[in-house]
Amino acid sequence: MGRSVLHDVIITLVVSALLIWLLPLMISTYTLTVLVIYGMLGLSLGLIWGFGGILCFGQAAFFGLGAYTYAIAAINIGESTLPMILAVLVPAVFAALLGAMMFYGRLADVYLGVITLVVTLILFKFVNSTAGPQYVIGNARLGGFNGIPGFQTLNVPGDPTAYIWGDPYFYVCAVALVIVFLLVTWLLRSSFGRIAVGIRENEVRMGLMGYDVATRKTVLFAIGAAIAGLAGALFANWGEIVTPNLFSLGQSAEIIIWCIVGGLGTRFGPIVGAAGLAYLKFMLGQQSMIDNTLVLGLILVLFVLFLPRGLVPAVASLLNSIFGGTKRKPKPRRMRRARHG
Amino acid sequence: MAETVLETSGLTMRFGGVTASDNVNFKLKARELRCLIGPNGAGKSTFFKCVTGLLTPTEGHVYMRGQEVTGWQPHQIASLGVGIKTQTPNVMDALSVHENIWLAARRFYNVVEARERADSIIDRLALGTIARTQLGQLAHGERQRVELGIVAVADPWLVLLDEPAAGMSAQDVDRMTEIIHELTRFAAVVIVEHDMQFIRSIAQTVTVFHQGAVLMEDNVERVMSDPQVRAVYLGKKA
Repeated sequence: MGRSVLHDVIITLVVSALLIWLLPLMISTYTLTVLVIYGMLGLSLGLIWGFGGILCFGQAAFFGLGAYTYAIAAINIGESTLPMILAVLVPAVFAALLGAMMFYGRLADVYLGVITLVVTLILFKFVNSTAGPQYVIGNARLGGFNGIPGFQTLNVPGDPTAYIWGDPYFYVCAVALVIVFLLVTWLLRSSFGRIAVGIRENEVRMGLMGYDVATRKTVLFAIGAAIAGLAGALFANWGEIVTPNLFSLGQSAEIIIWCIVGGLGTRFGPIVGAAGLAYLKFMLGQQSMIDNTLVLGLILVLFVLFLPRGLVPAVASLLNSIFGGTKRKPKPRRMRRARHG
Repeated sequence: MAETVLETSGLTMRFGGVTASDNVNFKLKARELRCLIGPNGAGKSTFFKCVTGLLTPTEGHVYMRGQEVTGWQPHQIASLGVGIKTQTPNVMDALSVHENIWLAARRFYNVVEARERADSIIDRLALGTIARTQLGQLAHGERQRVELGIVAVADPWLVLLDEPAAGMSAQDVDRMTEIIHELTRFAAVVIVEHDMQFIRSIAQTVTVFHQGAVLMEDNVERVMSDPQVRAVYLGKKA
């Protein structure tokens, strides 16, 4: 076990180092940065949905909450370190409260989806309606549909004048994603992660074994929200403005599509799905022949019909059948789709 | 005099106008093996669910080792050291046999110990050849056996089994009987069962349920030859 963990970590580091080195040669770092951020957002849902069986339609809510928390805190504090931390903590606490309400109330899949969807809509409506000057938190005006521009962006911790932007900011985001990825890997290999997968498979059985299912799901939900919040804060820094569109339905739906296309129940799939589809959307945005949502919809339909397990599991089993026999079988745990997926 | 591990007093469960469980007083001693029988709708499973926390009784109390556990959640009851197997197979289909049993052991032991215990249970249940197979690909009898492994690996002092022999082949039932006898060396076992042959082969004391209440409680031979019990099973008036 110990050796295979090391093996995993080394492969992850080598592959990500290669990608961080090679990708900027092909795509501008400005675009890459947002792809990395979306990858992290995809991973956050991939974790709670693919491994915890919690289908959350409101991952955008935590993303937006992270972004707004960062923007508001940055305006008030004028330095980026504490706002970054708050942007992780606030969505996590919010998700813990929301999750506790749902999981202790024993709400099942569909209702979970509806509630998380509605929470996203409420946040969207609320933030949209805060254009008036009376909506202020400290020195920060919420700005309604105009969003919040002009906040302090990421700086070297302790030195508010040393901004991190451009190429260095891409490397910061990429390294952050690698760290989050390794943490998720560690989490899934730990007892907590294995128990979470058990809960995904059969809640009743895990309860009868003596596991407190509601608490464990709440914690996992909050961890997912924390990652989404971090992605939100990074996004705020990238865009240098936060708007209510972060909470929009379209954003929420897109995250789910990333996970389905990339491959649910894998760590890598949602990242690939997010970055790939976001890049495609970016390319399609440069032409006006067809509407890009049409193409995204078509891709989703094609995947559901022909590659229902998603891209990464399909490629993995293809590689496995080509090099089959000689290579060690891929861990089935990574290949599996959630029961409700 | 052995300690009482499970006791219910005046346990009543109503669903609307239907009284599924009617003032049941039940006592079980440590390391006792007890079968609950009765025709369909006699209230066996309702009683079982009230005891395991899957249902909260309308009235009455449940005590385990003297502690009141009425209205507790299933996971709280299981945490006391109670092994539970429900009527339908409840297993993690997409996980391997080893992972299923490891998860059960991990609740009470650390990672290394849990692995050792899972390995030893897998050996004892002769599941070694399929230890890495996903549960979803196994036959019904094997899944039942894995679920017994899940129950047994945590070293429970009270084991509650709802229809463990349902749908199993004669060979599987024999093996099941063996495992259950082994369990009774350390734990009290309650079995809810339909299969009379299985009960004859395993039971010492039998509690007969009829219309939600306890009809009689006696040695298995006397219960089987009792005219009232026969009448209940055949659906005639006694």
